[in-house]
Amino acid sequence: MPQTFHRSTNTLSKLSIFGALFLIVGSLFALAEVNRSGYVTQAGIAREQPVPFSHQHHVGGMGVDCRYCHTSVETSATAGIPPTKTCMNCHSQIWNQSPTLEPVRASFRTGQSIEWTRVHDLPDFAYFNHSAHVNKGVGCTTCHGPVDRMPLMWQYASLQMEWCLDCHRNPEKYVRPKEEVFSVAWQPPADQLEQGRALVKAYNIQTRTSCSTCHR
Amino acid sequence: MSEVPAVRVDLKGVRRRLDGTQGRTYWRSLEELAQTPEFLEFLHREFPSQASELDDPSGRREFLTVMGASLALAGLVGCTKQPEEKIVPYVQPPEQVIPGKPLFYATAMLDGGYAKGILVESHLGRPTKIEGNPDHPASLGATDAAGQAWVLGLYDPDRSQTLTYRGEIRAWSEFLAAMRNALAVQKPRQGVGLRILTETVTSPTLAAQIQSVLAEYPSAKWHQWEPCGGGGAAMAAAVGHPMSAQYRFELADVVLSLDADFVMDGPASLRHAREYTARRKRPVEAPMNRLYVVEPTPSPTGLIADHRLPLRPSEIEGFARAVSTALGGASAAPRGSAGAGSAAAFAAAVAKDLAAHPGRSLVIAGDYQPAAVHAVAHEINQRLGNVGQTVVYGPAVEARPVDPYASLAELAADMKAGRVELLVVLDSNPAYTAPADLDFVAAMDRVKLRVHSGLYQDETAAVSHWHVPGAHALEAWGDARAFDGTATIMQPLIAPLYDAARSPLEVLAALSSRPDRRAHDIVKDFWRTQLGADADRRWARALHDGIVAGWNGAAGGLQTATTTTTNTTTTTATTTPTATTTNGSPGGLEILFRPDPTIGDGRYANLGWLQELPKPVTKLTWDNAALIAPLTAQRLGLANSDVVELRYRGRTVKAPVWTMPGQPEDTVTVHLGYGRTRGGRVADGAGFDASAIRTSDAPWWGSGLDVQRTGETRLLACGQDHWSIDHEATERHVLRSVTLDEYTKEPAVVEEQGEVPSRDMTLYPNYKFGPHAWGMSIDLNSCVGCNACVIACVAENNIPVVGREQVSRGREMHWLRVDRYYSGQPERPETVSAHFQPVPCMQCENAPCEQVCPVAATVHSDEGLNDQVYNRCIGTRYCQNNCPYKVRRFNFFLYQDWNTPTLKLQRNPDVSVRSRGVMEKCTYCVQRIEQARITAHNEAREIRDGEIQTACQSACPAEAIVFCDLNDPGSRVSRLKAQRRNYAMLAELNTRPRTTYLAEVRNPNPELAAEPGPEGGGHRG
Repeated sequence: MPQTFHRSTNTLSKLSIFGALFLIVGSLFALAEVNRSGYVTQAGIAREQPVPFSHQHHVGGMGVDCRYCHTSVETSATAGIPPTKTCMNCHSQIWNQSPTLEPVRASFRTGQSIEWTRVHDLPDFAYFNHSAHVNKGVGCTTCHGPVDRMPLMWQYASLQMEWCLDCHRNPEKYVRPKEEVFSVAWQPPADQLEQGRALVKAYNIQTRTSCSTCHR
Repeated sequence: MSEVPAVRVDLKGVRRRLDGTQGRTYWRSLEELAQTPEFLEFLHREFPSQASELDDPSGRREFLTVMGASLALAGLVGCTKQPEEKIVPYVQPPEQVIPGKPLFYATAMLDGGYAKGILVESHLGRPTKIEGNPDHPASLGATDAAGQAWVLGLYDPDRSQTLTYRGEIRAWSEFLAAMRNALAVQKPRQGVGLRILTETVTSPTLAAQIQSVLAEYPSAKWHQWEPCGGGGAAMAAAVGHPMSAQYRFELADVVLSLDADFVMDGPASLRHAREYTARRKRPVEAPMNRLYVVEPTPSPTGLIADHRLPLRPSEIEGFARAVSTALGGASAAPRGSAGAGSAAAFAAAVAKDLAAHPGRSLVIAGDYQPAAVHAVAHEINQRLGNVGQTVVYGPAVEARPVDPYASLAELAADMKAGRVELLVVLDSNPAYTAPADLDFVAAMDRVKLRVHSGLYQDETAAVSHWHVPGAHALEAWGDARAFDGTATIMQPLIAPLYDAARSPLEVLAALSSRPDRRAHDIVKDFWRTQLGADADRRWARALHDGIVAGWNGAAGGLQTATTTTTNTTTTTATTTPTATTTNGSPGGLEILFRPDPTIGDGRYANLGWLQELPKPVTKLTWDNAALIAPLTAQRLGLANSDVVELRYRGRTVKAPVWTMPGQPEDTVTVHLGYGRTRGGRVADGAGFDASAIRTSDAPWWGSGLDVQRTGETRLLACGQDHWSIDHEATERHVLRSVTLDEYTKEPAVVEEQGEVPSRDMTLYPNYKFGPHAWGMSIDLNSCVGCNACVIACVAENNIPVVGREQVSRGREMHWLRVDRYYSGQPERPETVSAHFQPVPCMQCENAPCEQVCPVAATVHSDEGLNDQVYNRCIGTRYCQNNCPYKVRRFNFFLYQDWNTPTLKLQRNPDVSVRSRGVMEKCTYCVQRIEQARITAHNEAREIRDGEIQTACQSACPAEAIVFCDLNDPGSRVSRLKAQRRNYAMLAELNTRPRTTYLAEVRNPNPELAAEPGPEGGGHRG
């Protein structure tokens, strides 16, 4: 009986088996990368807001402290979205005729809240607490990125669990002195790991990775 | 009534089985003793067979089709991104509110008209959870099950939402106009046709308001109706004038309860439970008290007593007199048949023990006992010098103490005679609760204009012209007084959910010349007259503290019978009244009426939490039953679930039978509160209405009952065999109970009952734990079985209600259960005793559940918790199968109500709401642990001992549950665990549970224990 396939197909079949391995591994890798991409995580995508509030202008330009608006960041789980009253503290005096700010004035007039679009949205089964992090030397920009350069707010980090765990396992990579927590200009020093280790000790930071730390 | 086979238990087999055992025997049910197939099913399988089948109402095929479709859709849902969310900040931020941080407000809940102080947790304006107010004398920081479920009443979707006239929606102004017209007719006739019907009123403001209406209409009458009240009236009849009694259990060495379920029932029950159990926490170091209970039906107080004597209702008075006579009392010779046999010996022993503790003993008569028994109790206390010591009398707390049965009967007679033209019913539901002989609905029909105000469009609303939806007490201003007279100003936490809702104060204002006043103004104006010069500051203080300091009784003579002297002198005129003969002559079957232990007189019937809560003793859910002693049931040929017809005084009602160990022979107990017809979607269709055969002249018991089999059966959802531990109780010593004598002689008697393997006897490396090691200690000697912890857990942890049919399949979701074990011989009621054992997740260090989870959905935390990760769980239920304590609960279906808007408002935002197909269990309230940790770390300090209170712990009136850090040798829980009565359940499995128990220690009287009589433990062999 003559051979159905030429001998060279042996090589071809070996190659294709080998190639299939690569294909499978490659597609798994690609899937993981897609899952980490901004398409899924929404990181890096600026959101439309009812009022085009600019952190770049207020934080970077005017130098307003984070806590002027996000008042409960040191005491509560949520940092707090400022009430309309906070906007009107200044904007009843300046830019008080600006058409862009009409929704703010309307809200103040009618008592109807401004409906902001949420940018940082953790899943409901993750219980994040701002005060616990801020009081232990985790700076605002560590998670929220260069807020002073964001005209419209966008999500800086992936907010995925591996991202959380990266810091929860090795906090020394990210912690900074408490007095720098609200600084947008702070940059990690060259010996961050060394300084970080000292801070972890000084601040009694516990590397907690138990599930119930965040999931209840 | 469906066709279910009644479970027949062969008492002879039970007898043989008990005889074959040595030492103490504890059993969960008669079914266990008889080893019925149904029991073995619950024992050997986590769930009975086919528990996971959905066999109704749709067929299996249909189910698979639906499931297939939803699975496909579920897969699609997994691919979508998170939906966009909106953030809606305040416009003007309210003072004090910080998003993410709850606020607590002090107010009070009402129990039979009396206040029990509470603190209500509020998340951004939503009341979510109730805690006790530590500063309030009736709470001391604890709550009862009804108090915990009270918040659900606010969000009940079946609450009445609109003001109606003959069923049609009307405006408040139209109601006011109607009142104006009706009152204009009454005015010239002094209000002779006007009647106001309320429940028991302790509210000083409401009382003042009613007084002013009565002043304007002098011939009008005010009636009070409390379906399960009247205890005050009985005491008043006994001593000759209304008064209140306060009992100091912490001072009493010997207590005799004459049918008083004082740890569970009544406005001071929480305080009683705290003070009674305080004397049982350190049995050797601090002298233990001793409790004797004589009762006509098993109650938690009776079943945990050192000695319990079940007597038929007609025999209680005779027993009381026998004790009095033995103490040298002048009261008449024993009446009834209690003078014979074991009861006489019991009475003699009790009398001797009481006499040995003058001034340090206490006799307490139950609220459902007649004046004669109260008089005897009072006389004994006087004789022993207890008055002023363990019993303190004070002025009456109620605004106008009346006998509710006489009051309602008078109203019914007036209505029948056509003398009532305008009837205003405030927050009461007499059309359902009135005893049958008053024929209240027919009588009401003769009233020209009937007005009803209440939380529900209930039975009374149905026969009224006007119905004004009531405002829940969490959304309205008001006030009330506690058992000792302490006043609380009740403040709202939220504006009424429904615009039409009005508080009783506002409805009553409609009868006044200023009909549009709001409750806040009414309450504040009243208290301004009471608080003197510094009124505003004291008002603010009172709101903050939850009690009005320095006020005890209204100025201006609102109170009747204000006997100002508090202690000894008030009461020597005890011409011990003889028993009324209205209960019928003794003999034959006797019937006993009681409020239901979970839903009370029916006012909580629509609260699913309480319906699904197992009754403390029977463990029945969603139903009431006719409780019959096993031997009596056998004689009558009855078994559990048989439906019988109860014929009593010419009226009949159909009721399922429940054989009740410890029930006296020839006595049938029925509970009120069930059989609602317009109670709401939860209440309707559950149980039977016992008040259909109740009469107002003998509201609590009577003889002449006839029981007839009907041949029907009704499925009763009873949880007593669910989650049974294969204890063969004696062999594995799941429950440990010793006597004080044994424990004093040999403190090792508890730990000797089981071996504890060494720490290294495991294949796995020992865990290294972090800075804290959380642990819990549960004192079985303090637990009174009240179930407050179970509902506290439900409220805190968003635990769903599954319904009666699902409960009968063993799918209840409660994370914490209270196991009730009987001991003694079922056919001898006087030997039956019970032991309560709360069982949460044990948080094992060598947790069997963790090793079998294929997806690591249950894992160990660094501080020793078994974390359950809902998002990882794929529902294999291996963990549940491997849990020896049977504390894991599986969401077979979507039990959570995800649609009803009001119920969403109640949920605790700090705990995930679980969906179907997910395993869940007790977390040690990890959300509270993490919150305390964050607070402590933010303040740069360590967590303090006692700073974390689990929900069950904070609710417990007896302080039986203590939780904290085992790494701290000085912590309260560490010190408790150092007691020699500490033991771990099933320790021989080497699970190393973090939750351990303190064994029960009973303090029997040697004189009685020597006889084979009513001793709790039941020594044999």
